[in-house]
Amino acid sequence: MTTVPYIPSYETRETYLNSRYSVASWLLTKDHKRIAILYMLSISFFFLLGGAAATIMRIELMNPHGYLMSDDVYNKMFTTHGVMMVFFFLIPSIPATLGNFLIPLMIGAKDLAFPKVNLLSWYLYIIGGLMAFTALVAGGIDTGWTFYTPYSTTYANGWVTLTLTGIFLNGFSSILTGLNFLVTIHKMRAPGLTWFRMPLFLWSMYATSVIFILGTPVVAIALLLVIFERVFGIGIFNPQLGGDPILFQHMFWFYSHPAVYIMILPSMGVVSEIIACFSRKKIFGYEMVAFSSLAIAVIGFLVWGHHMFLTGQSVYSGMVFSVLSFLVGIPSAIKVFNWTATMYKGSIDLKTPMLYALGFIGLFTLGGLTGLFLSTMGMDIHLHDTYFIIAHFHYIMVGGALMGYLGGIHFWWPKITGKLYNEWWGRFAAFTLFLGFNVTFFPQFVLGYLGMPRRYHTYPEEFQLLNVLSTAGASIMAVGYILPLFYLTWSLKYGKSAGRNPYRATGLEWQTESPPITENFEVAPIVTHEAYDYAEMEPAHV
Amino acid sequence: MGKFQLFPDQASAMAPQVDLLFFYLCAVTFFFTLLIGVLVVAFAIIYRRKHEDERPAETHTSKLLEITWIVIPFILTMVMFAWGAVIFVNYSTPPKNAMEINVIGKQWMWKVQHPDSQREINELHVPINEDIRLTMTSEDVIHDFSIPAFRVKMDVVPGRYTTEWFRPTKVGQYHIFCDQYCGTEHSRMVGKVTVMTQGDYQAWLSGQVRGLTPVAAGRELFQQYNCVKCHSQYAPTMANLYMSKVDVWEDGKLKTVIADEDYLRDSIVNPAHQIVDGYVGKQNMPAFKDQLSEEQIMQLVAYIKSLGQNEDKEDPVRMRNSYVPKPPATPEMNGLLTK
Repeated sequence: MTTVPYIPSYETRETYLNSRYSVASWLLTKDHKRIAILYMLSISFFFLLGGAAATIMRIELMNPHGYLMSDDVYNKMFTTHGVMMVFFFLIPSIPATLGNFLIPLMIGAKDLAFPKVNLLSWYLYIIGGLMAFTALVAGGIDTGWTFYTPYSTTYANGWVTLTLTGIFLNGFSSILTGLNFLVTIHKMRAPGLTWFRMPLFLWSMYATSVIFILGTPVVAIALLLVIFERVFGIGIFNPQLGGDPILFQHMFWFYSHPAVYIMILPSMGVVSEIIACFSRKKIFGYEMVAFSSLAIAVIGFLVWGHHMFLTGQSVYSGMVFSVLSFLVGIPSAIKVFNWTATMYKGSIDLKTPMLYALGFIGLFTLGGLTGLFLSTMGMDIHLHDTYFIIAHFHYIMVGGALMGYLGGIHFWWPKITGKLYNEWWGRFAAFTLFLGFNVTFFPQFVLGYLGMPRRYHTYPEEFQLLNVLSTAGASIMAVGYILPLFYLTWSLKYGKSAGRNPYRATGLEWQTESPPITENFEVAPIVTHEAYDYAEMEPAHV
Repeated sequence: MGKFQLFPDQASAMAPQVDLLFFYLCAVTFFFTLLIGVLVVAFAIIYRRKHEDERPAETHTSKLLEITWIVIPFILTMVMFAWGAVIFVNYSTPPKNAMEINVIGKQWMWKVQHPDSQREINELHVPINEDIRLTMTSEDVIHDFSIPAFRVKMDVVPGRYTTEWFRPTKVGQYHIFCDQYCGTEHSRMVGKVTVMTQGDYQAWLSGQVRGLTPVAAGRELFQQYNCVKCHSQYAPTMANLYMSKVDVWEDGKLKTVIADEDYLRDSIVNPAHQIVDGYVGKQNMPAFKDQLSEEQIMQLVAYIKSLGQNEDKEDPVRMRNSYVPKPPATPEMNGLLTK
């Protein structure tokens, strides 16, 4: 595929991991690969926090009357879960780890366009995250991750301002990362890597970066205005101060709906890479899939009002938002069909990343289709703010975004660490997660249609059976989360050497050593073929 | 209520309509999930890698196939849109002669007042087969008044009125939930709605403590706060005002608004926001924002709505007639105002 001279692999050669060892060499690094590792460790920390909060909630919900904690503590748990998972795990997850690590490798560059800005992004993220963490330790907040006004500005107690400041700072981390990615993809592609030869992961990163840059400032301003009203009593959202409580929802969802696409687009990119590799096929309808990413990013900005059908919003605006919400679903449908078609007459190898990718397709399909229920105005009257919505967006965010992230981590683990994990443990964990996920969240669709509202600490007794089932599923899912921590860590010391390209994948990142040297490539690569050129694959193992 | 179910009760006229739409959505969902699931599993088995050097031939993209799977989902989703919009529009336009019940949400309870003056807390008694319209507001944060068995809900927003309506069709007791997170005891802001036969409802009404009806209480407030002094002479009168068209100045712009409940409320709590044409620069009414409770404001609104209701409410001519306010009569009267 590319003209890269063969470099002999020595166990003792220098890589980005072992070139220097000091703490400062990590904390002050400008190497995109090391920054990616910093992100990977820090988002894992916040994921565990958010996961712990979810575990506590699921245990509490086994009983309809609430038997372990007060209402207040429960409310703080779901707020912690939402804030940690959305702002400090899902939004940075794939872009900041895999995006950071892979974008320069995939385009044949030495680093991102602005390495120092990249490090600054991580510091903003970690300072923001620690502020939110401090707020949590100091007593937490109970606003929900959506911070609806006037509750958040006037009525809620707790560390709202500190948390909001943390999220505000974290927003700048997103903006700078998006900027860095856009400039890098525009300006630093290797000779011959035209736009339509780019791997689809890069297209999805491009689309995600656009949302980062255009959306994040709006939510940053919205949160700042909440702080102004809360701290200085300036009337913006509270009607008693002359404000408009619905205004906040417009500003919040203008970002936070596209934020869903920040979570799912990168996963779609990862899945495209995995499906192509383990089917040994070019992605069916490559251009369609690439343009679908951009279409989602653009239309995604025009659908926010579907969160507000029942706020007293005009029926006509509701209709416009409803139509646009259906239209944004079409590009996603195209992608699902194209991935499936890619497998047709392929050479399919069900390795761990492929299991995650197939799991993604199934769960994302169901998650996406149940989103149509909520875009349908007459249906949303009944389903809004119930467990149906909880189930829907967990199918997208966990079944979609998180499965994609784990698939990507498994796929590129040999590249990042130079080691192979145990394949059977990997497959077992992927299967466990898929099973546990469905047992956890499918009953919540039923609960939602029965009318169980979200964010309820106590609930009528007739809902208990389905809640217990959901909690049982969560305990299976927890196993699926925890297993990779062990076998991946184990592989660092005991795993077999991966070699450059254990899956015989195309793509520039597989042409260099595993793990790569600090400069990524010994010789700057030149691209002469389209992406996913598996038909031209070399016959024998390199 | 109370027993394990997999499908909720259908207790309103709207419930079967919503459920039918739900079944259509479910059918589409099951079909495509199954289709994709079966294809993925089948391909993974049929085309599994047989040896390490396998190199499948490239499949050429078929434009026809791609267009097919753009057009079919498009058509299916537009049906969803239209169907859902029809139900929503119907839900947004309550029947004109619906029984009006006032609901006020506050952390963490529902206060209900019937047109015949009876009050309830966290309970709502309604007669079967009658259109019921709830006019709702909140004293503090945003709540949401949800009755799953009726398939209805609506946010209850401070500073404005929202409405929801339903026609109960099945006698029984059903849940009321607050569906919008509203603070510590959100999950305890629940209640029950009791659907009764007409006879039982009348018996229930007569067994309740009676007080002033909202209209009567509003009339008292109207006199108590001396509204009548200005609004009988140099301020706009209010006969036939409700649901008429009013020309108002807002932020220096003239526009025409419908004098619905929200307009009436806004004119009481914040009169300077929209000033009736012909009254700009005149002595303005003081804002009653901090003097009246939400309940009192609702009573005043009920009273204003009742003014001029001896004529036929449905009279299309009346609905079309613009409300023409009486301009300030004489300079002497303006002089009176400035005292």
